[in-house]
Amino acid sequence: MSTLVIKDLHVAIDGKEILKGVNLTINTNEIHAVMGPNGTGKSTLASAIMGHPKYEVTSGSIELDGEDVLAMEVDERAQAGLFLAMQYPSEITGVTNADFLRSAINSRREEGDEISLMKFIRELDSKMEFLEMDLDMAQRYLNEGFSGGEKKRNEILQLMMLQPKFAILDEIDSGLDIDALKVVSKGINQMRGEGFGSLVITHYQRLLNYITPDHVHVMMQGRVVKSGGPELAQRLEAEGYEWIKEELGIEDETVGQEA
Amino acid sequence: MTVETKLALTEQDIRSFSEGKQEPSWMTELRLKAFGQLETLPMPTPDKTKITNWNFTEFPVHTVESSKFTSLAELPEEVKAVVNAEQQNIYIQHNNTPAFLSLSEELKAKGVILTDIYTAIREHSALVQQYFMTDGVKVTEHKLTALHAALLNGGVFLYVPKNVVIEEPIQVIYLHDDKTASLFNHTLLVADENSSVTYVENYLSTVDHAEGLANIVTEVIAKDNSRVTFGTVDVLAEGFTTYVNRRGVTSRDAVLEWALGMMNDGDTISENTTHLVGDNSEGHVKMVVVGRGKQKQNFTTKVIHWGKHTEGQILKHGVMKDEASSIFNGIGKIEYGATKSNAEQESRVLMLSEKARGDANPILLIDEDDVTAGHAASVGRVDPLQLYYLMSRGISQHEAERLVIHGFLAPVVNELPIEGVKKQLTEVIERKVR
Repeated sequence: MSTLVIKDLHVAIDGKEILKGVNLTINTNEIHAVMGPNGTGKSTLASAIMGHPKYEVTSGSIELDGEDVLAMEVDERAQAGLFLAMQYPSEITGVTNADFLRSAINSRREEGDEISLMKFIRELDSKMEFLEMDLDMAQRYLNEGFSGGEKKRNEILQLMMLQPKFAILDEIDSGLDIDALKVVSKGINQMRGEGFGSLVITHYQRLLNYITPDHVHVMMQGRVVKSGGPELAQRLEAEGYEWIKEELGIEDETVGQEA
Repeated sequence: MTVETKLALTEQDIRSFSEGKQEPSWMTELRLKAFGQLETLPMPTPDKTKITNWNFTEFPVHTVESSKFTSLAELPEEVKAVVNAEQQNIYIQHNNTPAFLSLSEELKAKGVILTDIYTAIREHSALVQQYFMTDGVKVTEHKLTALHAALLNGGVFLYVPKNVVIEEPIQVIYLHDDKTASLFNHTLLVADENSSVTYVENYLSTVDHAEGLANIVTEVIAKDNSRVTFGTVDVLAEGFTTYVNRRGVTSRDAVLEWALGMMNDGDTISENTTHLVGDNSEGHVKMVVVGRGKQKQNFTTKVIHWGKHTEGQILKHGVMKDEASSIFNGIGKIEYGATKSNAEQESRVLMLSEKARGDANPILLIDEDDVTAGHAASVGRVDPLQLYYLMSRGISQHEAERLVIHGFLAPVVNELPIEGVKKQLTEVIERKVR
């Protein structure tokens, strides 16, 4: 079993503090949902874990099986087993999806032990079929001209090809129609199991109808303010966030406001 | 201000050289006339690059003698790497010496001519005279074109007769491995009516440093309804001051496509102009450049629309590192009467260091109302978010940068028609951006 431990994480962007002490522990074989209204720091948490260049961790720690994640470069974090399905994946001209994925897979292997082309193509084809993707997309330039839905599927394709220990899904459901949402969820559910844990960040309970979380956390003002089981997500769907704000005496839930 | 041309050569030297090559009198006269005009003709004035202090006229020696090759197996490894073992139609020049020639019996039977420029001037005198510096580059354009004509010391002639379609690419290699050599090479390609050909030339220095000059002129004459794809990879060593002029002229319905890999390590002035003379003809230019060290380069690409319904496209991608500086001038010119023509261009420069300079200048000059035109230009750095994205999948920063740079240049690299040359260009890019 692997464990990702986030302790008292403070993160700033351009000198402005966004996260103000996040605590979260995720084990493999668990799916955690992080919910909350806009502007409460959810995506910042995702980006800080992966090491986005614009986000500065001012204090706190992130450890993966006792290893200091914050001391690692972005590629080392990925090699250690972290994956972030991004809300806005970059487009990269001239680099095909297939070449990119093969580089990513080989970056985890020793020189001389690269994945064989045949094996790679077999795996890629079967996963693309599973995600109901057009096989031509392997030869298209990375995310270039992809629709919103295609980009999200492509993130899940990478997730399935790279088989990380922990996947953070940053609003993977935004902009998806119901069919695409089902396909994306199918991919994540297939990953579920002993060696895999996930942090699913979303605005909407809808995604959690397809991916049942083990734990649900609510973020406000740059902190996790409430945690519970799947029933918490259902209550949020039914009643919204107001009751939590009342319970905790929060007037404005966005970052920059103090309780 | 006129620049003194201190040539060590005299009129008599040029006459003797021409006679030594048994050139017909028209060529001797052309050389001598050009020589006589050197003093009065002005230097070219590439926009935004000051070349008054560049040496275009002093060089150690006019010609050097180098070995010939009796088979492709004898070629140096660096050359073998870019040649297909089965390559049937190939000309190799070793410094200034015509060193190897092979043309398939099938193409010979169809009347295709592929030969070194001296032999062409001698044995196909009338044909060469008709096209040599007449419709394309003029001897008197400026001092460097005249110098080229006077001192011509190499090159190739390719003639594709009417209705002949050549499927396999024709390959020409200019091997440079003598640091004292200077290259006054002339490539003359004439594609007659309804013909089709793919031609790739390769300037390859295998010495690290050069002391000579490169004054290169290429003329492509694409006659009615012909189709010419002209690819090049120039990898001339540091030390060369290069003037390279590649010019095309298209007749009615002709299509001329350029794929130019400009990988010189020395200072370079490159002029690439396509005259779309015939109605409904097309000119497409794709160019990649990598600049490194302290080299200064100027790439001026022009497509001039004379005929109606002509289509011109320029696509240039440059990567600048170290203290290299490059000017990318793109000019789409539509003359009065060239109705329904379309001039498009795009220049992108990627800078890899603080001290590198890149300047993209798109220019549209339009003297006709009923046309369409467009341009796009950008100069920027590697996007940190792209690197972050790639690295978030486990790819190292170095490899991520490599992918972004190759990706940036891919639209042009992928256009090169010979696999070996494409691979070579990829490897040169790899070496230069490392």
